[in-house]
Amino acid sequence: MSVVLSLFAIAVLVILPLIGTGLLQLEYLFGVIIPYAAIILFLVGMIYRILKWANVPVPFRIPTSCGQQQSLSWIKQNELDNPSTFWGTVKRMALEVLFFRSLFRNTKVELREGPRISYTSDKWLWLGALAFHWSFLIIFVRHFKFFAEPVPIWVDTLQLLDGFFQIGLPIIYVTDAVILAALTYLFLRRIFNPLVRYISLINDYFPLLLLMGIAATGILLRYFLKTDIVAIKELGMGLISLHPVVPDNIGALFYIHLFLVSVLFAYFPFSKLMHMPGVFLSPTRNMANNSRMRRHINPWNYPVKTHTYEEYEDEFRDLMRAAGLPLEKDK
Amino acid sequence: MAEKLPKPEQLAEDIKYSPPPKDWMDPKTEFKKGTFNYSAVPSALDYLDLPNPGKWQPHDEEWPLPDNWQETVLEGMRDRLKKYRSFQVFMDICVRCGACADKCHYFIGSGDPKNMPVLRAELLRSIYRRDFTTIGKILGPLAGGRKLTVEVLKEWFFYFYQCTECRRCSVFCPYGIDTAEITMMARELMNLIGISIDWICTPAANCFRTGNHLGIQPHGFKDSVDFAVGDLEDITGIKVDVPINEKGHEILFVVPSADYFADPHYYGFLGYLALFHEIGLDYTMSSFASEGGNFGLFHSADMMKRLNAKIYAEAKRLGVKWILGGECGHMWRVLHQYMDTMNGPADFLEEPVSPITKTKFENAKSTKMVHICEFTADLIKNNKLKLDPRRNDHRVVTFHDSCNPSRAMGLLDEPRYIIEKVSNNFFEMPENTIREQTFCCGSGAGLGTDENLEMRLRGGLPRANAVKFVHDKYGVNMLACICAIDKATLPPLLEYWVPECGVCGVHELVGNALLMKGEKERDTDYRGEPMILGKKAEAETEVAQKEAKDAG
Repeated sequence: MSVVLSLFAIAVLVILPLIGTGLLQLEYLFGVIIPYAAIILFLVGMIYRILKWANVPVPFRIPTSCGQQQSLSWIKQNELDNPSTFWGTVKRMALEVLFFRSLFRNTKVELREGPRISYTSDKWLWLGALAFHWSFLIIFVRHFKFFAEPVPIWVDTLQLLDGFFQIGLPIIYVTDAVILAALTYLFLRRIFNPLVRYISLINDYFPLLLLMGIAATGILLRYFLKTDIVAIKELGMGLISLHPVVPDNIGALFYIHLFLVSVLFAYFPFSKLMHMPGVFLSPTRNMANNSRMRRHINPWNYPVKTHTYEEYEDEFRDLMRAAGLPLEKDK
Repeated sequence: MAEKLPKPEQLAEDIKYSPPPKDWMDPKTEFKKGTFNYSAVPSALDYLDLPNPGKWQPHDEEWPLPDNWQETVLEGMRDRLKKYRSFQVFMDICVRCGACADKCHYFIGSGDPKNMPVLRAELLRSIYRRDFTTIGKILGPLAGGRKLTVEVLKEWFFYFYQCTECRRCSVFCPYGIDTAEITMMARELMNLIGISIDWICTPAANCFRTGNHLGIQPHGFKDSVDFAVGDLEDITGIKVDVPINEKGHEILFVVPSADYFADPHYYGFLGYLALFHEIGLDYTMSSFASEGGNFGLFHSADMMKRLNAKIYAEAKRLGVKWILGGECGHMWRVLHQYMDTMNGPADFLEEPVSPITKTKFENAKSTKMVHICEFTADLIKNNKLKLDPRRNDHRVVTFHDSCNPSRAMGLLDEPRYIIEKVSNNFFEMPENTIREQTFCCGSGAGLGTDENLEMRLRGGLPRANAVKFVHDKYGVNMLACICAIDKATLPPLLEYWVPECGVCGVHELVGNALLMKGEKERDTDYRGEPMILGKKAEAETEVAQKEAKDAG
């Protein structure tokens, strides 16, 4: 059901620009107004959400320690998985953000007769996730070529590396193949792994299918349909320089691609995709495990009703005296 | 126990990791006997000034809820979203990748899909989505939003009291989403309308009044300690001195109350007393700070703070320099991650220095509280103890990392170092079941009741199964641990799944191996069981291993 609804939503998102630019001549709407609106929503929404998170205090120091703590000098600390310093935490976060350290630990449980439970390393999710995110990043950066003249040397270099295998013409980018494979894997996993299907919502299928739509239209544009790159770059340069122009010669497929990207940007701040900035603010990962070394301050630490020793002794004084325990007030 | 419960094989047989065809959004919770905890009694709530005390049980059709309970819960949620970044961020960023799904011991032992950490969180997140997010407000159920109904509340009660806040899921989550945080919030929200469990609120009320969960009054505390002193004298021939509530000592020693009251904790308590006597430690215990454990952690941040306050207060009153803490899991989560923040600064104490080795405990310089395993490991490293590990030769030992010391602290190698110095037969369980990946006993976070036994045996299955593995392979017959809840709940768990294996504290092994000056000839251990030193023990172990191999 969730999959069907998501597919339907994607279909609508494809048809809209198709009709809009193919029949109704709304190129300016789809080429300029919607992209600008999406970017504004993205930036404002994202900044709003991040500021909202950042404004919520972190009352307690609650890192999840995933290795040996810093204690006695002769016991080797696991600095990467249980850092106690700022720089250690930076390293832990870098491993998490760049290489998905925690997903790398993933195991799969199996229950056999006996009962006998085993846990085997299961790196597929890690691999799929890493492949998708890195490809996406590289593809994103590669697109800078549409927004800069001359194309920065590092974008060129990245393209060169990405097309390293020099297969086909135009040269096939590794990331294009990888992102499709990774997204397909992540999607099929949601459909065919019964547990993952059980937890999946439209909120999960929709962005996945949206990304697949973006990748597919992008690949069609590059490899299969004649596309006027010069015209697209003109549009890109116009958008980035805030002097938007809508050249002719841009096919509906490009507007579909652009519209899906716009939807992704607009949807981003309102969705789970916010895990991207969110991971940096996760208190179980971004805090050093030094709570016994340095006092962590809770900004809303208010007084609570406690039971004092005086009250305790008042209640039990006679019993304490009889038991020979020392007293504060022996009367 | 045996006649009411299914046989272990049967219990395991009906565990299936395949969810039902229908989605999870529309709840109907079945309160099956053996899988839930009884409600909090009004007297405990009254004593603690908690709202809406009522006489009810979870399986009752009608729950005594205040008229505006939804409003209260949602208001409480709004309030906590503004107070805890963890809560706010964890509500927002889960991508439901499913990495956590099969990491929870309750899921592994029950196959109930709502025990997948992600879905446990979704029980709350679905309410959050509907009432606190833009898309959820517009799209409602289409965006995974749900209305807060009595059925949802019942489901919360069932599943948030089926989470032991062990944090194992958080180790595997790519964003570190910690279900313990979410469970804590859910429990706080339910507390607002008087929905809580007895096994948390009664110990908390006891602790508030008498200083310990068991409700032991000061003279009873002294009796228990005197009894231990007597027992230790019978075993070793040495009469140790244990000061109570005395001012002017260097160290305040705080333990979980089960240590001086329950079996097998007690033997570890004897171990502490023997150790302190032998090194001549200048310490006192306190009948007021007679509980290091803190069931407030399982109730609410406020309750945790209220119960924890006595430790610094008593250290100040008695004028000690620093505090030493015994073996306990959740107690150490509170001491390590919360105490200083909540009830500090402890500026009236000094930075802890071992009076025996002069080692500075730099890692505890602000909180001024040292874990007994850090303390003892330092003593052994500096050759301050005379140990004969052969005295534990009748034990083939494995070590169970307790959830909180491992995942909310990282105390992993200290106890292992100690065990290796006090015993000759130490074998680790498989790597995915120890250290930061350790499995909960299945009874933590206030769930260790008799009425909840079936669920405990299910939740404890992954732990017990790993013990069984080393039992069959190496003949392991003793599971050492450093947690009072473990020591209380692992024995029945192992009796069910691995009947040939016992449970002990690390300091029971220490005490047993400790050669005390002037001790009498010993041929039994602290439990009165015969010690078999050296070759004879090796031979017996080999026989046991062979038998286990043949059987397995």
